[in-house]
Amino acid sequence: MQWTINGQVRQAEVDFRTSLLDLLREQFQLSGTKKGCNQGACGACTVLVDGERINACLALAVQYQEREITTVEGLAEHGTLHPVQAAFVEHDGFQCGYCTPGQLCSAVGMIGELERDLPSAVTVDLATDEIEWNRDELRERMSGNLCRCGAYNGIADAIAASLGRELGEELGEELGEELGEELGEEIVR
Amino acid sequence: MRAFDYHQATDSEQAIEQAGRCRQAKYLGGGTNLVDLMRETVERPQALIDVTRLSHDIDETGDGGLKIGAAVTNAALAGDARVRSRYPLLARAILSGASAQIRNMATVGGNLLQRTRCAYFYDVATRCNKREPGSGCDALEGFHRYHAILGTSSSCIATHPSDMAVALVALVALEARVHLRGPDGERQLALTELYREPGERPDFETELQPEEVIVAVELPPLPMASRSEYRKVRDRASYAFALVSVASMVALDGDTIADARLALGGVGTKPWRAWRAEAALRGQPATEATLAAAVDAELAAAKPLPDNAFKIELARRTMIAELSRRITNARNGGDA
Repeated sequence: MQWTINGQVRQAEVDFRTSLLDLLREQFQLSGTKKGCNQGACGACTVLVDGERINACLALAVQYQEREITTVEGLAEHGTLHPVQAAFVEHDGFQCGYCTPGQLCSAVGMIGELERDLPSAVTVDLATDEIEWNRDELRERMSGNLCRCGAYNGIADAIAASLGRELGEELGEELGEELGEELGEEIVR
Repeated sequence: MRAFDYHQATDSEQAIEQAGRCRQAKYLGGGTNLVDLMRETVERPQALIDVTRLSHDIDETGDGGLKIGAAVTNAALAGDARVRSRYPLLARAILSGASAQIRNMATVGGNLLQRTRCAYFYDVATRCNKREPGSGCDALEGFHRYHAILGTSSSCIATHPSDMAVALVALVALEARVHLRGPDGERQLALTELYREPGERPDFETELQPEEVIVAVELPPLPMASRSEYRKVRDRASYAFALVSVASMVALDGDTIADARLALGGVGTKPWRAWRAEAALRGQPATEATLAAAVDAELAAAKPLPDNAFKIELARRTMIAELSRRITNARNGGDA
């Protein structure tokens, strides 16, 4: 069997029962991807397949042959952190770090979905071809990734900040205003 | 997990042929439910036939409807511009279910055939008539807050978990069909006819025959569906199964309800089309009294248990609120 993992063609013969998560961790020693619940409830195992986020724990490795898989180890380029990774560092988007690889891959996949103007359950007008971005959208779209430390505020800040950078000035300003308001409220308090 | 053989099918004919050659084969879509059930040994297939290479197309039917290939992912279906504008209740229902990761994996065929999330069905140390016919049901006197109040039997009260299926059964008119293919060729069923109530055999959940595979779902053109909606009430704001969900659409003729479609999730042993309520709405004045009478007509058959009796009132209020919104918006000529 053969997969492309972080740009490298990798081969292995594994039992059909092997999940993509176990393949990454046990066969290829890519232990960045974490096993949390192992039943699709926590998102710690999130990886990107052809750019789309999935739960590697529910994926049978055999089903993903010949696909392009990106794990947290593949996000940085030439030793430079991916902008989302840098934003997590900047905004304290973690505490113990166990959910972080999944949060990072999920956030990268989510930004791709936003760039394609795909709606979420909280998008008011589903027919719109331009998603109006806000905190509710971000939280809804990241609800498949749990953080048991409760670092959600830092995670949301980090993703909002990297979104602001990636999705252009207008969006960034909107978010900036929102974040500024929140910060202002805090200071007043 | 028990060992199994794996085969990948490139079309439905090959899938059926492969399933026919293997003993106790199961079709595999995104695996988001089946892989989990196999890990718990609730499902023990000897072979998996991977059907994710079947049709990924969403085609126009020529009359304004859509034909959706069985392997289209939940994410792709909810993201399709035609689905979002013509059938917003379907897009909203899909987006209300699971997480973005799971919606990227899950297929239309797999979503329709997913199993209940009843904790007793999942726990092989308990009694469950759906898992082991004739063994009994530990949910009846156990923790059944999430269980069904409609379509139940003394053998099973498990809830059908799919949001997408609730939206789809609301769309069922004579033309809305699931396309099946089996060893004897193709046939079509109305989506409301796909699912069975548990009765004494909760292990038989659908009308699918051995080796039959879902190849497509066909949606009829339905102008009033462009102002349809799906509302899901649950214990947390996101990523949870429904306590009650309501798919609804209404067409008015002056102040009279010309037509209405209503379906419920979280309360039925199958995706629940509220036929009785619809019959009580059609041709009646669009008043609160009409809505209350229609909703009560549907819920009169509800059989509550101690932990899930709250669902009757929750379903009642959610249905009335949703129908009221559809009526207000139909009057204003606005969206949903």
